[in-house]
Formats: sequence, structure tokens, C-alpha cells
Amino acid sequence: MYHTIMVPVDLAHLELLEPSLATVADLARHYDAEVCYVGVTATTPGSVARTPEEYRQKLETFAQERAKVHGQPVRTHLVTSPDPIADLDDLLIEAVDDVDADLVVMPTHPPKHLDVLIPSHGGKVATHTDVSVFLVRPAKQQ
Amino acid sequence: MEKHSRDEGAAAAQQPSEGIPAPEGPANLIDTDYVIGQDNVTASPLGINLDLHGKVFTFSSLVILFFVIITLALQDQVEPIYNALFSFFTGNLAWFFLLSANIFVVVSVALIFTPLGKVRIGGMHAKPDFSYLGWFSMLFAAGMGIGLMFYGVSEPITHFDTAMGGTAMENGVRTDWAPLGAAAGDESGAISLGMAATIFHWGLHPWGIYAVVALALALFSYNKGLPLTMRSIFYPLLGERVWGWPGHVIDILAVFATLFGLATSLGLGATQATAGLGYLFGVPDTNTTMVLLIMGITAVALVSVVLGVDKGVQQLSKLNMLLAGLLLLFVILVGPTLMIVTGFFENLVSYAVNLPALSMPFGREDANFTQGWTAFYWAWWIAWSPFVGMFIARVSRGRTVREFLIAVLLVPSVVSVLWMTSFGGTAIDQVINEGFEGVREATLELQLFEMLGQLPLSAITSFVGIVLVMVFFITSSDSGSLVIDSITAGGKVDAPKPQRIFWAVIEGAVAIALLLGGGLTALQTAVITTGLPFTLVLLAACYAIVKGLMSEPRA
Repeated sequence: MYHTIMVPVDLAHLELLEPSLATVADLARHYDAEVCYVGVTATTPGSVARTPEEYRQKLETFAQERAKVHGQPVRTHLVTSPDPIADLDDLLIEAVDDVDADLVVMPTHPPKHLDVLIPSHGGKVATHTDVSVFLVRPAKQQ
Repeated sequence: MEKHSRDEGAAAAQQPSEGIPAPEGPANLIDTDYVIGQDNVTASPLGINLDLHGKVFTFSSLVILFFVIITLALQDQVEPIYNALFSFFTGNLAWFFLLSANIFVVVSVALIFTPLGKVRIGGMHAKPDFSYLGWFSMLFAAGMGIGLMFYGVSEPITHFDTAMGGTAMENGVRTDWAPLGAAAGDESGAISLGMAATIFHWGLHPWGIYAVVALALALFSYNKGLPLTMRSIFYPLLGERVWGWPGHVIDILAVFATLFGLATSLGLGATQATAGLGYLFGVPDTNTTMVLLIMGITAVALVSVVLGVDKGVQQLSKLNMLLAGLLLLFVILVGPTLMIVTGFFENLVSYAVNLPALSMPFGREDANFTQGWTAFYWAWWIAWSPFVGMFIARVSRGRTVREFLIAVLLVPSVVSVLWMTSFGGTAIDQVINEGFEGVREATLELQLFEMLGQLPLSAITSFVGIVLVMVFFITSSDSGSLVIDSITAGGKVDAPKPQRIFWAVIEGAVAIALLLGGGLTALQTAVITTGLPFTLVLLAACYAIVKGLMSEPRA
């Protein structure tokens, strides 16, 4: 049903990705889909990488690690931006077409009042693309 | 299994900087173990994510708070202190400012013609992030903006008047404010000297100052892989020590100069814009109007920082450029066209002829002019340079050094000459040929509108003028907030959004507090005194640029 799953990855905050990565692995195996890990990074040196090229390599390493986990084919797609924090949503929406994805899986936080002022990235992407978007929330704490 | 591989992924992502690939195509990265953001504190109070450089953010905030409080509470005591400090600097160290500014111009002009100009910012194959138009609009709007609106008419007229007045001596000391030897009673000589002096203050020197800071930061960030903050300029001199306190101090000083520079100009600018609004539309000249104006400007700047560099700042800067271009074209076409066109070339020549004398740091007789005008301007441009330089650096990736210097140094200088010739020339023409004294008699903030009032369609052009004043404020305010945010986040440009919102709001709040409580001019004086320490930073930058460029591969 799905052939390419796009997974936006922020290498600086991998801990937030964990629940969605497990979901991605299950879905990819279930649909026998390819997984495309998408990174968005600043052109200036940042905490993960000092150059865009270094970020690209780390993203590739990360994708290969994931391939070992779920056994499905992987690829990566890197987008650079002079102001990634402001452009993130638009860049991800563009990337959906660029990587020819038919499903997006990304983590998001539970809804909160602040979303009115600063909408969540997942919510923004889901309302601006025509492919299916699976927003993964952190597990509820009992 | 899952958990295990995730940890490996995380470890791969946090590897220290060994064998880092070049940015895009060959470049020469600096080998440092410093990881950007390693001294940062992350937290999520009230669900708002924060990612800040612990020391720089904390101390900058405390310093800002401290200065706002003492300036408000002890106004009568601190103002004389700031003033004394400032007159000491410009009075006794005018030669130092003049000499340093000359060095910056010489270095940046020389680099255009050396093979080092072939180095590309961001690596040999880097692609520019912005179009020429977007790039130039942004650097121009951040760099000069508002000053052109107020001084475009006023400064040429002032220098023309003092030059006409000739020199005056008292006890062997010049008491007049004329540049150089003045041109007593010689009308065309006074125009020529007045325009040369104005262009001197708005031409190569200010842009040379910006170019040096911007080039050093762009080089050390995009080609050498250091964080985009002021401290990186000192890496060639201080080495790994820049990540400690010497670096913190430079960054904190940069935040101080940027925030108070912006807040005080916002406050003073609101006063000027309100006067203009009152003159044009009879809007009451009250504190309420000014506060509303500051809030409005801050609100638009907020939207712009949230939209980001590409969709916010760039678009506003282009709008700004369009409006300024239209107003300039209007003045050229409707004003004394022939005089402006010939004047443009005459002024360029007169600038070139007078440049050596005007920029001479030693043995000057026109002390009032050198100290009160030139040294003041130089200190002012230098105090602004961390902000403007950092912003220009951020948007200049993918350009060669030669391209960069032509766009940051030569093109804006020529635009300034054209602007000053059109606005100042028209005003002088009104005085000489039409006997209109309105501009001369008006206060600084109304001179532009008095000049436009003599031309047709003044209702429309004055309105464009006032809109332009506000847009110039917004474009300075939004880029300034982005710069402060990235300095206080340890050089990260991708710190959480609420932080840039915070700085834009603080800027407006400080402006309002100082406007209502008094102390705008006092604190502005304090900002200009940071010009002195930053002159040292800029001298270090010259060394860093040359050293850094020498080690870069050239196309």
C-alpha cells in the first residue's frame, strides 16, 4: 500500500524520535516499503555537524544503522537552509514530493495551548500535504 | 535491539570533530574539539523549549537589566558619566578611530585586487543562498537604513553651511565646525566640500567597517567551521581560549551593543517618526503615539523573525529597497535632475580629492569636525558592526570574497553617494537657487519632509517617506533579534523559535521603558563607547581575515 515512507530526522534530538522510529520499522516491514530519512540543517556550523557535508554523512550513517534494525531499503535526503527553524515546515512539505513519499511518519508532542502561537511541525505538515501523515506521540506516562 | 542501535546512532551523531569533510568543495576547516552548543543549557519551562549558551545568555540578560535599571533610576548621575566617557574617547582617541577605519578600508579594498579575492565563502563549490537582489537588499537595509532618511537631507546642508561660514579661531583653537579648511563665501566650493564630507561619513569607511566584520565571521563560520558568533574572529589570536571567558566577554559585549543600539535607535526613531506624523497628519505628538508606534514596529518585526530570514527579513528588505528606490527616483526626476546627475560625478570626484585630507588621523586643525562628526560616526558604525556584520555574514554564503567586497563595500558606497547627492543636493539647491529656508530652519526630523514639501505630490512622497522610516526600523529590528538570538545560543542559528521572539520583544520593551523613563540619549552614548573595544576586535578581524584567507584553496 505504501512504497516510500518519509521520516524527518533531527540528529540533534534523537531521543525525541525514538517512539516514531519503532513505528517506522514496523510499518516499513509490514508494507515492504523503502524508508527515506530526511534531514534539515543550517548552512552555518551547528551542534551536530560543522558543515552540511558532515551532516549528510551522519544522516547516512544513521540510516544504515536503521536499515540493520528493520531490514528494509533506506535512503537519505538532506535539505540545507539559512534559517532552518523558520523554514522547517515548508522544507519538509517540499521534501515529500522531492523524495516521492506516500507516507510521512514523524514524532510530535501532545496538543497544548501554545500551539496556537507556535504550531507543531507535524500538524503543519499534515495539513499541507496530500499524502498520509502518521504523527507519533510520546507514550502516555501512567 | 532497537534501543541499542539508537544509541549507536546517537553516538555517531555526537562524534567529536575528527576528519570533518569540507563544506562544499575544498575549504580549510579549523581543527577544534569544541562542539557548538556544548556549553548550552536546554530546558522546557511551561512547555517552551529553550536552548541557550548558559553564561552568555545569563550575563547578557543581567547586564541589560542592570543598565536599564541604573539608567532609569539614576538618570542624572549616569548621564554625565556616559557623556564624559564618550567625550574622552572621541576627544582623545579620534586619531585611533580614524586610523583604524582607514586600515579597514585599505584591507577590504586591497583584498578585491589580490588573488585572495577568489576564495569562495562556504567552500569552492558552495551555492549562494539568496539572489543578488535579495542579498543586497538585506545587507543594505540592515547596514544603513534609517540614517539615510534623516541625515540624507540634514548632513549635506549642515556641512555646506559651516563650510560657507569659514573658519573661526579663539585662543589659537578652531571653534567652527567646518570640515578641513572650510570654503568661506565660496558657494560651489562649500557645496563640494560639504558633499565630500557627507559622503566620507556614509561611503567607503562605514561599509569597510561592516565588510571586515562580516567577512571575518563568514570565513570562520562557513569555511573554518566555527560557530557564527563574534568570538570566532579571535580564534587565530587566542586559539581554544575563545571558548572560555575571553570569548564570553566579546559575545556579551556584542549583545549589549546590538540590543541597546537597536532599542535606543528605536526609541529615538519613534520620537522622530512621531514628529513627522504630526507634521504630515496632525497626529498628536504624545508618549502614547510613540509607544503605539514602537509596539507596531515591534509587532511587524516579530512576524518577520517568526517567518525567518528567507520569507520574513528578505521580503521586507526587498519592499524597503523598492520604496527607497522609488523615492530616490522621484527626487532625481522631479528635483533638479540635471544638477543631480552632474552633481553625482562631481561629488564622486570631490570625495576622491578630499578623501586623503578628510581621513588623515594626525595633525588635523578641524578638531570639532574630526571629533564631533567623524570620530562620532566611526564609533557609531563600529558599535553597530557586530550586529550588521553578523547578519551580512549569515546571508553571504556562496559568494566569492571579491564578489562579497564589491557588494558590501563598493556598491553601497555608490548608492550612498547617489542618495546624498539627490536628497542633500536638492535641499541645497532649494536654499541657493530658490531662496527657500524651510529645510535649514526645520528640526532634524522634519528636514526631509520640508525638502519633499517643495516638490510636487508631497502628500504622497511624504507618506512614502514615513512608511520607509518605519520599514527601515523593522528591517533593523528583525535582523538584530536574529543576531542576538544566535549569539546567546552559542552560535546556533536553529535555536527554538521562542528565543528570537523573546529578543524582539525585549528590544521593544527596553525602547518603551527608556522612552517613558528617560535616558535614551544617555544609553545611546553608552552604546557608542563600545566602539572602542570593538575597534580592537576589528583590528583582530583584519589579521584573522588575511591569515584565514591565505590558508584557503582558491578557485
